[in-house]
Amino acid sequence: MNTQSHQAYWKRNLQYLAILLLIWFAVSYGAGILFAEQLNQFTLGGFPLGFWFAQQGAIYVFVILIFIYVRLMNKLDVEFGVDEK
Amino acid sequence: MGVKEWSFLIVGLTFLLYILVAIWARAGSTKEFYVAGGGVHPILNGMATAADWMSAASFLSMAGLISFMGFDGSQYLLGWTGGYVLLALLLAPYLRKFGKFTVPDFIGDRYYSQTARIVAVLCALFVSFTYVVGQMKGVGVAFSKFLGVDFGTGVIIGVAIVFFYAVLGGMKGITYTQVAQYCVLIFAFTVPAIFISIQMVGNPIPQIGMGGNLEDGTALLTKLNQLSVELGFHEYTSANKPMIDLFCVTAALMLGTAGLPHVIVRFFTVPKVRDARKSAGWALLFIAILYTTAPAVAAFARTNLITTVDNIEYDKVPTWFNSWEETGLLEFEDKNGDGRIQYYNDANEDFVNTVAAANNWKGSELKIDRDIMVLANPEIANLPAWVIALVVAGGLAAALSTAAGLLLVISSSISHDLLKKWLRPNITEKQELRAARIAIAVAVLIAGYAGYNPPDYVAAIVAFAFGLAASSFFPAIILGIFDKRMNMQGAVLGMVIGIVFTASYIIYFKFGAGVGHPEQYWFGISPEGIGTIGMFLNLIIAMIVSRMTSAPPLAVQQLIEEIRIPRGSSKASIH
Repeated sequence: MNTQSHQAYWKRNLQYLAILLLIWFAVSYGAGILFAEQLNQFTLGGFPLGFWFAQQGAIYVFVILIFIYVRLMNKLDVEFGVDEK
Repeated sequence: MGVKEWSFLIVGLTFLLYILVAIWARAGSTKEFYVAGGGVHPILNGMATAADWMSAASFLSMAGLISFMGFDGSQYLLGWTGGYVLLALLLAPYLRKFGKFTVPDFIGDRYYSQTARIVAVLCALFVSFTYVVGQMKGVGVAFSKFLGVDFGTGVIIGVAIVFFYAVLGGMKGITYTQVAQYCVLIFAFTVPAIFISIQMVGNPIPQIGMGGNLEDGTALLTKLNQLSVELGFHEYTSANKPMIDLFCVTAALMLGTAGLPHVIVRFFTVPKVRDARKSAGWALLFIAILYTTAPAVAAFARTNLITTVDNIEYDKVPTWFNSWEETGLLEFEDKNGDGRIQYYNDANEDFVNTVAAANNWKGSELKIDRDIMVLANPEIANLPAWVIALVVAGGLAAALSTAAGLLLVISSSISHDLLKKWLRPNITEKQELRAARIAIAVAVLIAGYAGYNPPDYVAAIVAFAFGLAASSFFPAIILGIFDKRMNMQGAVLGMVIGIVFTASYIIYFKFGAGVGHPEQYWFGISPEGIGTIGMFLNLIIAMIVSRMTSAPPLAVQQLIEEIRIPRGSSKASIH
């Protein structure tokens, strides 16, 4: 493959990473730590919300994030013709 | 049959299973020995990674820790799961494409430097060895507490089992036994949790049940907050320690997880780059099953414990209370001689001077070992003896699977990174395989010996393992992939300064003059969290130094281009 499309592929990859890692940060450090106290004033299914993010929600989001990444990258690989045969 | 007979039976059966799997999955080549031939299915690799990752501490101690820490315990839950997102997105696919056997391999090749390789090998050895000693100790404890076998014999039995399948099968044997061990440990952890959840809140899913209502209609967590405050503890669902420390410890555990060699090496065992990505997702899913159940177990057990023992007459305690007193994990001392159990926070001065003084309480009368929260659960819930036996087998599975993964890293560091890539580059594959087997055998024996005579500082040293992995490997690998301009000078200097800084801080506060002086922590950051600062220090220094020195050679720049695209990956090769 040529360098130009190679660079475009890498750039798209970095964009995906930026978005996914932003969500990763927001649910764990954001909702689970930095803003947990404020969120605890709301409840979700019997949980104070900040506490729920810290001990349950963030972990669910982590799992989902990886599987979204897998899907996005598999598609991107095909689009740029760099998938494995 | 009693608990002991059931324990012998179930532990015996699981051990037999591990041995049979090991005989079936023998290794014939270095490739099979180091990376299981590179042909492991991503879902199976996910299970093996999960078993590898979840140690005796995750299985036995974590729920208990959270139970006593409440909200602050989230640092372990987030820290030990969030790292997998970093692994999956930033490390695993690229390292898989790189296609060699070990982490020092990558560091050595990417930074075209034998020094970098050796620094990496020493870190890998130190981190893995620290960890494995704790696992061996865990095996001994499980045997001595439940099977009535003495501690030393327990360690020897554990060593013999690991020796058998690790030496024979290498990574291949270890991987398939870990799959079996995962099934045993997750079954053993969730079954009691489900029963307790049904008993307490009438919901069979502990993750949801945790937010449910007790029989009297109050929400479990609200009740737990009330009980905690009534006894002078802080509210269960709010933070108790400084936010910055919570932040830094969580980050250090995440970065450390993503930098631990025995976790990274698991992604060398799958056939393709896309499998490496997928495998990390499966691994986290399997881990999450335990990690989302643990906080539920913690909250149930805490509520149960307080309501069962709070201010009741000692003569009227349930039978499980007495049986755990016998093991020494639970101790009652009637300090004010009123024949009742008073359990409260006697470190809370306000509470001691007001409520406790008014009631003539002379100090908290209960000493509770945190491990009891998982171990006593089945008994508290009146579950049959075989469930308790299952928990014992689960604890052993967790300890053995982690020990085996670590021993493999130790062995490959010696036979591959030190011998083949440095001291004796001319040895044949057969000789290397033999060296690997000898190395793992010796490592098992040393680990067994150290587990038998555990140094006192094992617990303190865990902070080291994560701190060092976070401040050395993590930035070096990330920069190696994402920063093409990063060169040997930047990476080596960054690693050395990151390690020295982190290690000095930990040594000062864990072993030196700073022991017992948390008021001296920088900005309130505990030694467990300092790896985060070490990581940033490493990153900044590496960036500055690399910009002031020459760019890496063209061949290395091409290597980086290559690992960034999935096409053209081959199974992990011998070079």
